[in-house]
Order: sequence, then C-alpha cells, then structure tokens
Amino acid sequence: MSSGRKNAAPTTGAAVSVGRLDKVFDTKGGTVHALQGIDVEVAAGEFVSLIGPSGCGKSTLLRIIADLEQPTGGTVTVFGKDARRARLDQDYGIAFQQSGLLGWRTIAANIELPLELHGVGARDRHARSAELLDLVGLTEFADRFPDQLSGGMQQRVAIARSLAERPNLLLMDEPFGALDEMTRERMQTELVRICAETGAAVVFVTHSIPEAAFLSDRVVVMSPRPGRIQRVVDVDVDLGPAHERTDALREDRRFFGAVTAIREALHAGSASAGTPDGAQRITGPTGPDDRHDRLTEPA
Amino acid sequence: MSTIARRALPPLALGAVVILLWQVLVVALDINAYVLPSPAAILTQVTSYAPILIGAAIVTGTNALIGLVVGTVLGIVLALVAVSSRVFDELTGPLVAALAVIPIVALAPVLYTMYGADVQLARQVVAGVSVFVPVFINTLRGLRQTTPVHRDLMRAYAAGRWQMMRTLTLPTARPFIFTGVRIASSLSVIAALVAEYFGGPRGGLGTFITSSVSQSDYARAWSYVVASILLGLIFYVVALGIEVFALRHQRT
Ligand SMILES: Nc1ncnc2c1ncn2[C@@H]1O[C@H](COP(=O)(O)OP(=O)(O)O)[C@@H](O)[C@H]1O
Ligand SMILES: [Mg+2]
Repeated sequence: MSSGRKNAAPTTGAAVSVGRLDKVFDTKGGTVHALQGIDVEVAAGEFVSLIGPSGCGKSTLLRIIADLEQPTGGTVTVFGKDARRARLDQDYGIAFQQSGLLGWRTIAANIELPLELHGVGARDRHARSAELLDLVGLTEFADRFPDQLSGGMQQRVAIARSLAERPNLLLMDEPFGALDEMTRERMQTELVRICAETGAAVVFVTHSIPEAAFLSDRVVVMSPRPGRIQRVVDVDVDLGPAHERTDALREDRRFFGAVTAIREALHAGSASAGTPDGAQRITGPTGPDDRHDRLTEPA
Repeated sequence: MSTIARRALPPLALGAVVILLWQVLVVALDINAYVLPSPAAILTQVTSYAPILIGAAIVTGTNALIGLVVGTVLGIVLALVAVSSRVFDELTGPLVAALAVIPIVALAPVLYTMYGADVQLARQVVAGVSVFVPVFINTLRGLRQTTPVHRDLMRAYAAGRWQMMRTLTLPTARPFIFTGVRIASSLSVIAALVAEYFGGPRGGLGTFITSSVSQSDYARAWSYVVASILLGLIFYVVALGIEVFALRHQRT
C-alpha cells in the first residue's frame, strides 16, 4: 500500500450500504437487541450523521460498518465489498470520542502509525504527516507528545491520523463529544473544510442536534430498544451541500429550521416508543448541548 | 533537577540526624560495641577495610546482577508466552503464585548440594528466581493494560499479531515491566546476599557478615552491612535511572 495511492473506489455507487441489519448482544444479563432492520445507504462524498438517545445503537452500527463488530443478520458493504474486506483494504479512516493517541509517540509518529503498519517508507510517511499537520493546523507540534496538547488539539491529531491513507470514507463516533462548545464549533467548521478538500464520505455519530444539522447532508434519527431508524432528515435540501457550509450558517434561520426538524424527529421517536426519558437525555439540561437546544426552545 | 533535590533532601537530612543521634547516644550512654557500635567506629572499619569490602561487594553484586538479568529476561519472555497462550497462563498462574510466597533463599542449601558447594551458581539461581517473580507478575499485568480504543484502532488498521505486540501491547506494558525490574533490583541483592548465609563458597558480603559476627567483631560486621546497603542502593538507583530515562515520554 503506497502512501500516495488514492484508494480505488468506484465514483458511482454507495460508500456504505447497510441492508436489513440486525445485531443482538448476548450478555450475562440476557440478550440486548441493539439494532433491528437497519437500512442505510451513504453515497460517495456524502455526510451522514447518526443521532439518537444513548443506547440506541449508533456506535454499534458504526462499529459494524468498520468490521469491529459482527452483525447477527443483514448485509453491510463498503464500496461494494464486504466490511471485512474493506477493513483489510483500509478503505475507511476512523476516529472515536477518545483520541486514542499513543502517549509514547510524537504527534507526527501518531499520525504516521497507520502508514507505518502498512509498510509505507519513512520519507513518504514524513511527507504525509507534514501535509496532514498542516491541514489540521498543528505543524509546530509535530515533535511534541500527546500529553503536551489540549483535548481539542489531540482530537485534531486523531482526525489527521484517520485521513492518513486518503480514505474515501470516514467513520467518526462522537469525535467532538468531549470538547467544550467553542472548540467543538471550530472543529466542526474545520471538518467541513477537510471534507470539502478530501471529498470523503462520512458516517458521523453524534448526540448533538446542532452538530448534526451543521455537518450533515442527511441525518439518520434513531430510537432505542431495539435500535431502529426513526426517520431520515434531509438537511441539505434547505442548507445546501454539507461541504459548502460556513460558520455564518449557524446564525441563519434555515439552520434553526433544520435543528427543529431533527429535534421533532427525535421527539416523535421517543413519544411513539413511550419513553420520555430518552428525549430527556437529549434535550435535558444535563445534556452537553443544552445551550444550543435552548435556541429553539420556547423561553 | 530542583524537584529531585527537593524530594531527596528531607530523607537525607533525616538520615543525617538519625546517624548523629545514634553517635551521641552510643557515646553518651557508653553502649557496648557488641550491642551497637557507633557510626564513627563503623566508618573507621569501612575506610580501613575498603578494598576487602569492595571485593566482597563485587562477588555478591556479580551474583545479584547475573540473577537480575537472567530473571528479568525469563520473567518477560514467560509473561509474553502466558499472555498469548491461555493454557500456559492457567498452568503457570498458580505456580508463580506459589513461587511468590516460598522463601526462595531457603532453597540455597539444597542448591549447594545440587551444584557443588564451591560455585556461585546456587546464589545466582536464588537471585534469579527472586527476580523472576515480580518481573513476571508485573509484565503479565502490563501486557493486559491495552485500552479498548487502542485495540479498536489496531484492528481497524488490520494490524497483525506481531505488529500489535510491537506497537501497542509491549509499549503499554513498559511502565509495568520497569516497575517489576525496579522492585527486583534490590531483591536480587538481598537474595544473593542472604543465600550466602547458608554456606557455600566464601568471599561475598553475606559470608563476611556471618564470619565477623561469629568472631564477635561487630563493628566489622556492621561495615559489611553498610556495604550491603550501598550495593542494594546502587542497584536500585541504576534501575530507577534507566526507568526514568526509558519512560520520559510515557506518563500513564
Ligand atoms: N459489546 C457489547 N456487549 C453487550 N451489549 C452491548 C455492547 N455494545 C453495545 N451494547 C448494547 O447495545 C446497545 C447499543 O449500544 P451503543 O451502540 O453503544 O449505543 P449508542 O452509541 O447509541 O449510545 C446498548 O443497549 C448497549 O448496552
Ligand atoms: Mg455511542
């Protein structure tokens, strides 16, 4: 696998295609039906968010796409291959809520880790990490160690690392979940720019309604017990393609409209499931996003 | 550097005060030398017999060092085997637990008869087994410290078993391995020294301590004790130094 290679993905056809997906966990306390009858298709270059209350299976769905977890039923293909083949071919880059940087490696060496594991030579690795450090604005931190960086910077490194092999698909599980609101908005804007530059499709798990609204072409709203798709909100109809957005949009009426649409889809889910608790968890004052939510809340 | 000084100064000062008090008490109360010789008397012995002390320390130190190196290598290698083989792990678990509670120096006399009473091998074996236990236990624990997010990443990168070991599992275990070696460093000296109490070839610090005591030369015996303490300290400080250097970028 050479560093300069652009992963050979068909320009047409789906980046991710999930059909009739089921996932049951067998645990000591019984079985957990984490996902039921999930159908999702993510087009090449498209940004799709998964949103829903805790425990509705967002992470499980992402992990199944990444072949970190096996489905109990249904099919998953990534660029037309089965999930395992796609993982072995390094067709996706991945980032989690925890940056997962290796504390004993420099920032540059952390970004180069996947390249190193896949036998890319030192010169090409350094060139690529320098490029990526520039992309996430951390060039002067190349030789630092992770514990010398703030949480937001570490997360930027993790995103740079996920881009190391120029994947056409990014899988992100609440990558900004642990960041403060200001940093979070900056990172969102940066992610929009990165997506525009790389043209990668993204599957993005989040708890935050405004985050989903700002970043996504489409928002998949899920409901728990068992994890199902409640509704799919087409944000791009009103807000335009995700990769063309700018910070100004955050104060645009259309943006509030998208927030409300996602919100209502979520509430509809919890109402029909008869679990007001679920909705509480998203919009309640304990949630990380309550400040945003208040924008649309009648005062 | 200043933090090291700030941390080292209080215990050093305390030690100086204790030694001073000891000297004052021995002189003031006119305590007999076979009960407790004064620090000054011990110091006189240390300086006048320095070459013999150093020779004895080299004999004991060599045994301890050989035991430390062999025990550490075996401890790490067998922990690696245990972590990759469930069967081996279940076999060795109780054995190592048993080893940990057996007073290993008590094996010395048996080993002398096995290997012949005039070679140092028995002492090296005793030191090695004493070292093996904490290194094995700490390494095994360290090899199990990888976090789920790191394992997920490595799987996402389709890393092989050996890549996983080299880039994630071993580096994660490193602080634990060094803790084991640091504990083992002073244990190796203690084990090599105490093994000498049970007979075998003469020449080490332990044999000189017992022979000085049997000749009622208490100040002399204490000078060997001082040399033993210094030898243990050297082992410990060197191990600590290597640890601090090796882990300078690993604050976990
Ligand atoms: N490895 C696992 N073993 C057992 N149950 C699990 C496991 N992973 C997730 N679950 C369960 O599956 C459900 C969905 O979890 P998850 O996908 O993490 O939800 P979300 O990311 O939306 O919060 C939860 O009920 C959770 O407890
Ligand atoms: Mg989750």
